[in-house]
Amino acid sequence: MGGGGWAAEAMFPDEVWEYVFSFVEADADRNAISVVCRGWYRIEGRCRRRIFVGNCYAVSPAMALRRFPEIKAVTIKGKPHFADFNLVPSDWGGGAAAWVEALAETCPQMEELRFKRMVVTDDCLELIGRSFRNFKVLSLASCEGFSTAGLAFVASNCRNLRELDLQENDIEDNCSHWLSHFPESFISLMSLNIASLDGEMNYSILERLVSRCSKLKTLKLNHSVPLDRLASILCKAPQLIDLGTGRFSADSRPELFEKLESSFTGFTGLKCLSGLYDAVPAYLPTIYSVCDGLSSLNLSYATLQSAELTKLITRCKNLKRLWVMDLIEDVGLEAVASSCKHIEELRVFPFDPYDAEPVSLTERGLVIVSAGCPMLRSVLYFCRQMTNAALITVAMNSPSLTCFRLCILEPQTPDYLTQQPLDIGFSAIVQSCKDLRRLSLSGRLTDRVFQSIGAYANQVKMLSVAFAGDSDAGLHYILSGCRSLKKLEIRDCPFGDKALLANAAKLETMRSLWMSSCSISLGACRLLAQKMPRLNVEVIDERWEGSLESRPNDCLVEKLYIYRTVAGRRSDMPACVWTV
Amino acid sequence: MSAETAKSSTESDISGLDYEETELKLGLPGSSRIAGSELERKRGFSETVDLKLGGSGGCNLDYLTAESSDTRSSAAVKLPANKAQVVGWPPVRSFRKNALKSCTYVKVAVDGAPYLRKVDLEMYGGYQQLLNALKEMFSCFTIRNSPNNNERRLVDPLNGTEYVPTYEDKDGDWMLVGDVPWKMFVASCKRLRLMKSSEAVNLAPRAAQIG
Repeated sequence: MGGGGWAAEAMFPDEVWEYVFSFVEADADRNAISVVCRGWYRIEGRCRRRIFVGNCYAVSPAMALRRFPEIKAVTIKGKPHFADFNLVPSDWGGGAAAWVEALAETCPQMEELRFKRMVVTDDCLELIGRSFRNFKVLSLASCEGFSTAGLAFVASNCRNLRELDLQENDIEDNCSHWLSHFPESFISLMSLNIASLDGEMNYSILERLVSRCSKLKTLKLNHSVPLDRLASILCKAPQLIDLGTGRFSADSRPELFEKLESSFTGFTGLKCLSGLYDAVPAYLPTIYSVCDGLSSLNLSYATLQSAELTKLITRCKNLKRLWVMDLIEDVGLEAVASSCKHIEELRVFPFDPYDAEPVSLTERGLVIVSAGCPMLRSVLYFCRQMTNAALITVAMNSPSLTCFRLCILEPQTPDYLTQQPLDIGFSAIVQSCKDLRRLSLSGRLTDRVFQSIGAYANQVKMLSVAFAGDSDAGLHYILSGCRSLKKLEIRDCPFGDKALLANAAKLETMRSLWMSSCSISLGACRLLAQKMPRLNVEVIDERWEGSLESRPNDCLVEKLYIYRTVAGRRSDMPACVWTV
Repeated sequence: MSAETAKSSTESDISGLDYEETELKLGLPGSSRIAGSELERKRGFSETVDLKLGGSGGCNLDYLTAESSDTRSSAAVKLPANKAQVVGWPPVRSFRKNALKSCTYVKVAVDGAPYLRKVDLEMYGGYQQLLNALKEMFSCFTIRNSPNNNERRLVDPLNGTEYVPTYEDKDGDWMLVGDVPWKMFVASCKRLRLMKSSEAVNLAPRAAQIG
């Protein structure tokens, strides 16, 4: 292998190389293959089957499809992550149409489309239904722009659909009987996630669909599915691996309890359980029979008190992933830490994010789990207080963390015992957790923490910063360090022009940079855009109107989104977005 | 956890002060602050660029120890006084916010306990069920029925302290729990508070005030 590229390539016919390459799946490895020589670039390009486009504007559809004409699976992400928190104007962009149209024209063999944070219209769905004969997987996460009428079209036209995954989308409900558009002959469904649908639907139709799709492994219902319906549906699908229930509450009815309990007992291998909206304690025992086999439990919509949550979770001794609300309290997490020794991922969401009152979930809960669960790798933790000591303890207990996201609800909250910034605590995290890939900061932080992050967070690919830092030095530390940084999102920090301009070259090594409510001037944006032609420097400001030309260099921009691209400036910007 | 810094909301409630007014604000730079170093140092970019920020973290950290422990910043950003106006904070997705916003929960405070709980009044059929739930929640309590009227009290067996369940109604008045028909109570109750009986003398039930 290796050797002179031209000669090596001529040794074997293309098909042999294609066969060899087919064993290499990871994108990074395929990319590495493609730069060995022109021949391999050509061959690899032709036989690549799936691509991941992390930023839909980084490359044009035409360019992507010219290089990879035979792809069958595409994953595309649109809006910046902070769009999840309403920081991005709703008309900013991220339309899927350009991609779907290009794919429809050149890739009739397309089988899998996954869109995240994009605007997907009913026209797109219709085009998908019409263009791809062997379409198998449609996954839409945090998308908008489509309705159940569009879903109806997909249902009636995609005869080989295996997976329909609708996760946290904003879906207009204008065709409540869309499920009935799956023909009676349709039996290929293996995964159905309709949790983000708002309205009611015809449950008999749903039940019939479930019962004829015997290969169904994943079923996630929405909160409107009542408990008695759930019981009947589950009887028809004992082969499920992943279940999301609807509303888990009803009046006390012994016959319903029994029916539900026997549905759960009927499961042959349920591994993941979610939903449980508005769960009431009375019906929780119906689940007990599957607890032992569960590896993933999402109770983040279950408004139960700590005692009830604990009673359930401590039965799930093989749990790897637990999502729960802070209703569980420290005492509940303590019980989890002693019963669930295999936990790898913990997410604790706030029940009432705007409540300023103290709640019984503190830094103690996090420390206890890190002490008791040696396999802990990923943490998302919302709380109201933190100490450096706690963070240092977590860092020492869990050096193998790959994801650490801490959100102290009140911005700029210091260590409540010492009143110090949380610099030392987070520094300990990045120094100890050498495999950390994702980090979100909160609390009172000075430039010092960024110095540590820049120096030690060598594997961090995504960093989220809010209400932190003292000066440009903070941003400079990040951009001049953090070797693996790909996505940086910053809000409400006193970071300004100097750090940005001094590290312009870094930005081309990253996917994107988001900065809002910082101290970046329009002049700096202009300078940056001038210096770096392969970056799109988008200025987003909903206060301004018309052209930017007359605006002075020293005015501060409200929001800034910078991303590397080979597609040049985009043509679909709304009035509040300018590419400088 | 330090008792000093765990603010009890209930004490402030008695005097009618808003919780926010009485709490120590661990607040923003620039706003009135708790005691700490008065040293205000804005470290300019040019001062730091000379540091040897070499590739593998070989930076000079000596200057860190030279600084005082509590560096205040004159950060350009200021948070609006009303927390709810901060767009996109805390970072909770709208999907989650919408899913939980229809909750009919009321807060329950217990005098002397630093933390609040929340209960969904619609989950209970009547006062007895509610009291049982409160008893379970603050598991140290037992229920004692007052001999002379419908009042029920919760007792902490460790020290014999009696607690009387009270609630704040829509008009902002504090009333004894049990005064009104259950459904009316559910509709008008904004928050619950288990008040020490010694404090509850002002909340005589309506029945006792007549005649």
